[in-house]
Amino acid sequence: MKYLDEFRNGELARNLVREIAVLARDPIRIMEICGGHTHVIFKYGIEKMLPPQIKLIHGPGCPVCVTPLERVNVAIDLAWEKDVIFTTFADMIRVPGTRSSLQREKARGADIRMVYSSLDALELARANPERRVIFFAIGFETTAPTNAMSVLLARSEGLDNYSIFSNHVLVPPAVRAILEAPDVRLDAFIAPGHVSLVTGSRIFQFMAREFGRPVVVSGFEPLDILQSILMILRQRSAGRSAVENQYRRAVSEEGNPKAQAVIDTVLEPCDMRWRGLGVIPGSGLKVRQAFARHDAEQVFDLGEFPALSDPKACECGQILRGVKSPWECRVFGTACTPERPLGACMVSSEGACSAYYQYGRHQIESV
Amino acid sequence: MCLVIPARVKSLEGDIATVEISGVVRKASVHLLEEVALGDYLLIHAGFALGRLDEKEARETLRLLEQMGELEEGSLEPIPTE
Repeated sequence: MKYLDEFRNGELARNLVREIAVLARDPIRIMEICGGHTHVIFKYGIEKMLPPQIKLIHGPGCPVCVTPLERVNVAIDLAWEKDVIFTTFADMIRVPGTRSSLQREKARGADIRMVYSSLDALELARANPERRVIFFAIGFETTAPTNAMSVLLARSEGLDNYSIFSNHVLVPPAVRAILEAPDVRLDAFIAPGHVSLVTGSRIFQFMAREFGRPVVVSGFEPLDILQSILMILRQRSAGRSAVENQYRRAVSEEGNPKAQAVIDTVLEPCDMRWRGLGVIPGSGLKVRQAFARHDAEQVFDLGEFPALSDPKACECGQILRGVKSPWECRVFGTACTPERPLGACMVSSEGACSAYYQYGRHQIESV
Repeated sequence: MCLVIPARVKSLEGDIATVEISGVVRKASVHLLEEVALGDYLLIHAGFALGRLDEKEARETLRLLEQMGELEEGSLEPIPTE
């Protein structure tokens, strides 16, 4: 078993689609929260397999997309600090700040390096004791423990030249903000499978209990997503709203306790501004005081950064909340493209606008 | 962003596992996972193992899917990008 091909079987997909069609009597709007799911949905054309009553709404689950402009600006400033090697995941390098991007600053001579893991950044700190290595830590609950672990390792090895600039964000507070908005138009949710790997499926229970929405934690292969949609429709037919787990081969109710403990040791919740969504209380993670010497915000005395508004023409906020579709935005595909993104959703291939743009969906919808 | 790759453990040395992903061998940290064993299918994210795949559950999911019709050849193909 390779755990991949088995979950891409075409005949099984057609069977699932038939079952879905039987149950899809009334219109339903389902949000997939995770950008990874958005990417798979577009890559395999899943929306086109579904009956028109089912609308998939692409949620805010792309950490690259939601990192606010002022934090990208701060990252650029940090990269020019004396003796600094600034390290980042490749996803963040093209993201525009107000005046520039890390990519452009790299071309201008800043020592900015792309890494696959915080472990690579840590290795740079070991190899370059005279330099100060900063890691641009972004991501949801999936990535937070890996970056927190790098801080624990830096401390245990006495690598005082290593710090992280934490921009971590949390899924439940953002989903709560979306569900509490007065214009919410969402009936059910496909919940992120790899966030759940760390947190367990139980963190989504409030969505079913408090807000009465069916929730299914899903894997990332096409059959996983189709089966999750079917599970949501079955809940609706039975008049139920619960958290169900389609991704049982990976996800448990409790998650990974060791990874949770590492997050909790190094990081603590804070208020965080999301591009397109504004400040969401308790939705970010910052480095705890006990690890101040590995916290770039404290090492480089960054203080508070004033919020910068997103470009006026950009409608990412409404798109991230599922109120509007990408092609309804005035600048979609014109002033805002993957090469020159104006807004959050065009920034990464996991953003809704970029996915629509890349896979040509906008042409179909505008007919 | 939350991309996770399943990879099989070939050997273990302290907190570092050597894993194989479709024939490619690389290192992964197991600092964040309890009780890793040879042969486990780990779920790797950003260089760290965050979980493992449960073969019994994987087979059960496939069995349920297969109950809806006979398993036939033919995989879904990604749509080519423009």
